Amino acid sequence: MSHTTTADHDDHHGHHPTGIARWLFSTNHKEIGTLYLVFSLIMFFVGGAMALVIRAELFAPGLQLVNPEFFNQMTTMHALVMIFGAVMPAFVGLANWMVPLMIGAPDMALPRMNNWSFWIMPFAFTLLLATLFMPSGAPASGWTLYPPLSLQGGNSLAFVIFAIHLMGISSIMGAINIIATILNMRAPGMTLLRMPLFVWTWLITAFLLIAVMPVLAGAVTMLLTDRFFGTSFFNAAGGGDPVLYQHIFWFFGHPEVYIMILPAFGIVSEIIPTFSRKRLFGYTSMVYATAAIAFLSFIVWAHHMFTVGMPLGAMLFFMYATMIIAVPTGIKIFNWVATMWRGSMSFETPMLFALGFVVLFTIGGLSGIMLAIVPANFQYHDSYFVVAHFHYVLVTGAIYSIMAAVYYWLPKWTGYMYNEKLGKIHFWWSTVWVNVLFFPQHYLGLAGMPRRIPDYAVQFTEFNMISSVGGFMFGFGQLLFVYIIWQCARGGEKATAQVWEGARGLEWTVPSPAPLHTFDTPPLVDDSVAVHKDSLT
Amino acid sequence: MAQGSYFVPATAKWPIVGTVGMFIMMIGAANWVNNGPTGPWFFAAGSAIVILMCFGWFADVIRESQGGLYNSAVDASFRQGMIWFIFSEVMFFAAFFGALFYARVLSVPWLGGAGTGAMTNELLWPGFEAAWPTHGPAELGGAFQTIPGFGLPLLNTMILLTSGITLTLAHWALKRSQRGLLVFWLFATIGLGVVFLFIQGYEYVHAYRDLGLTLGSGIYGSTFFMLTGFHGIHVTLGAIMLLVIAIRCVRGHFTKKNHFGFEACAWYWHFVDVVWLALFIFVYVI
Repeated sequence: MSHTTTADHDDHHGHHPTGIARWLFSTNHKEIGTLYLVFSLIMFFVGGAMALVIRAELFAPGLQLVNPEFFNQMTTMHALVMIFGAVMPAFVGLANWMVPLMIGAPDMALPRMNNWSFWIMPFAFTLLLATLFMPSGAPASGWTLYPPLSLQGGNSLAFVIFAIHLMGISSIMGAINIIATILNMRAPGMTLLRMPLFVWTWLITAFLLIAVMPVLAGAVTMLLTDRFFGTSFFNAAGGGDPVLYQHIFWFFGHPEVYIMILPAFGIVSEIIPTFSRKRLFGYTSMVYATAAIAFLSFIVWAHHMFTVGMPLGAMLFFMYATMIIAVPTGIKIFNWVATMWRGSMSFETPMLFALGFVVLFTIGGLSGIMLAIVPANFQYHDSYFVVAHFHYVLVTGAIYSIMAAVYYWLPKWTGYMYNEKLGKIHFWWSTVWVNVLFFPQHYLGLAGMPRRIPDYAVQFTEFNMISSVGGFMFGFGQLLFVYIIWQCARGGEKATAQVWEGARGLEWTVPSPAPLHTFDTPPLVDDSVAVHKDSLT
Repeated sequence: MAQGSYFVPATAKWPIVGTVGMFIMMIGAANWVNNGPTGPWFFAAGSAIVILMCFGWFADVIRESQGGLYNSAVDASFRQGMIWFIFSEVMFFAAFFGALFYARVLSVPWLGGAGTGAMTNELLWPGFEAAWPTHGPAELGGAFQTIPGFGLPLLNTMILLTSGITLTLAHWALKRSQRGLLVFWLFATIGLGVVFLFIQGYEYVHAYRDLGLTLGSGIYGSTFFMLTGFHGIHVTLGAIMLLVIAIRCVRGHFTKKNHFGFEACAWYWHFVDVVWLALFIFVYVI
């Protein structure tokens, strides 16, 4: 390990502004990463508040708290805020912070554009959230904005579409930056197959983002022109087809789903080896499995729309293609379990969240296979079973991995250890209640309760009550998460550079907290410092 | 992977300016489409701020480049950035081409009763016969004629292909350090682009005035104008980029070894060229 650490180079790049200017004008990957993470946390609570409105209304049958129109606005905005405002920026923030540290780069490849990608986000969400206060209200057609329903809503549709354009611009620039950083800024010796898996998964995620965010832009642009400029893309009277929108949307939408889970795979692949004190089992197969999942994500989109009436051959193709995804995903699950096999395991909070991820994400994955089966899908479609499925993969999948990542790298960011006891309480509290929240929704869906409705038949009452209780307990429990982060940022037990006994990789060779500028002189990487080493390569 | 002195600017003032500009622009656009009286003003103000940002930001980058702050690693990052940006543009056009293919191959025939669409046709749109071009069973926008491919569009194809050649000639001149020739061929390229846009504009006027073909002419009008329209916007952007590059060439900013700004715009121009070829084949000819 030769000259892998560098001293604090705070004044290396000249005068550094303070106060608000420091954040507004920053080009530093760590500061921008922090901005992304804080923004994501705020949006997590904004979206969470909307979820609680939904769960409060659904606590009992009948209409009691909100009118149906507002309820629909809540389901729509909850999804948009959580997907584009909470999950995606959190992963981009983690990439900003960690990718340069993990590959030994001095910063992101395009630092000014990095600033731009972040600062678009708060403005885009101002535009999006402002629609709540417009006379016609926020969009209420579901986050997928299917025509003709979305075209029959109020004037706020234009604001939503332009907000989505801004988010798309931000995502594309962020992804370009991450790809350029990974392909161009690796330290000498950091070959592609020595890269940590978090970096690998982000490389592939960034490719997916650049490939599909423009397609979403195209889809919503067609909505805009259909609504305001008299085109007929989605109007059968003019020879168009509303189903066309669904095809274009889900061509974006399915890779989007993997944009929100591939970095999670990367995070879990970093954490499990650390706390098992073993190298990751099957590193190369993990890389290929990630690539395979990304490839498959482009040819499965129509499984979101089996009930629209498609030719039988198309349904069969999309069903089988979808089921094949279980193979590379299964490889990943197997490798994580095999990594733990005979490992010297310990169960700090990041590991708990990673293990929670492996178990609960697998539940979501298995219900996904159920949904892939066309005849069964005809029954499950648009039911609460779907809601349960994607919340298992997004909350106990994506969000759990983000929480695992925050606990894992927080000491590196702040220089202090977080409160382990509170962290464990946070994990167990969340894990109990998230299952109370979402597991009954499987039964509700199988019993026939449709999604996106403010009222329901009385036989669904008990499970809805249970689910709502779980929702409020899980939701308010996340305040503990904020407290733990706050406490850790302010002080505590000093963290060492390596932080975790079993941690490997370049990010653990720099001091904690990581100085503003790291790896101004690139480290030399060989197999001895590589995070993962595969006997196969 | 050399990065010993990778240039990281201390601060960046322009991105937040651009963000505010885009924000005002989007507010303006959203108001505008809803017939809000202030919409166009907001849109114009926002656009002005974004243009200001472009000047400021590119000026900074040009100054740094001229000042020798960029090493080969920075150059490689710029190349990566441009390649992936063009890829994102390809995917944007793919969405609209996808819509065109889906309508032509699948949904219009289904409306006419093909495949499983027999009952749709029988019950919803009786008597509708699938054909292309079409403005749909409700004949939205009234009768229209299409623009034949082997007239002005063929001429435009020739013009754009020629502009690709003149741009390459400019590049060769740059690599041989022949500044006069370089500037000549660059302006020839821009001129061809402008002629292309002029013909395209003439064609639009002709379509609206004489042929009855409008954005509202059903799925044909939608795909025709959106595809050619977005392409036209990209030609306009590309021509502006080349104009800036031409001015920089006149000022002697580029050397035969170091001229990525030129190459990036050339890549973009060729991309716009290729999109046109696909347009010519699938929108006009077939």
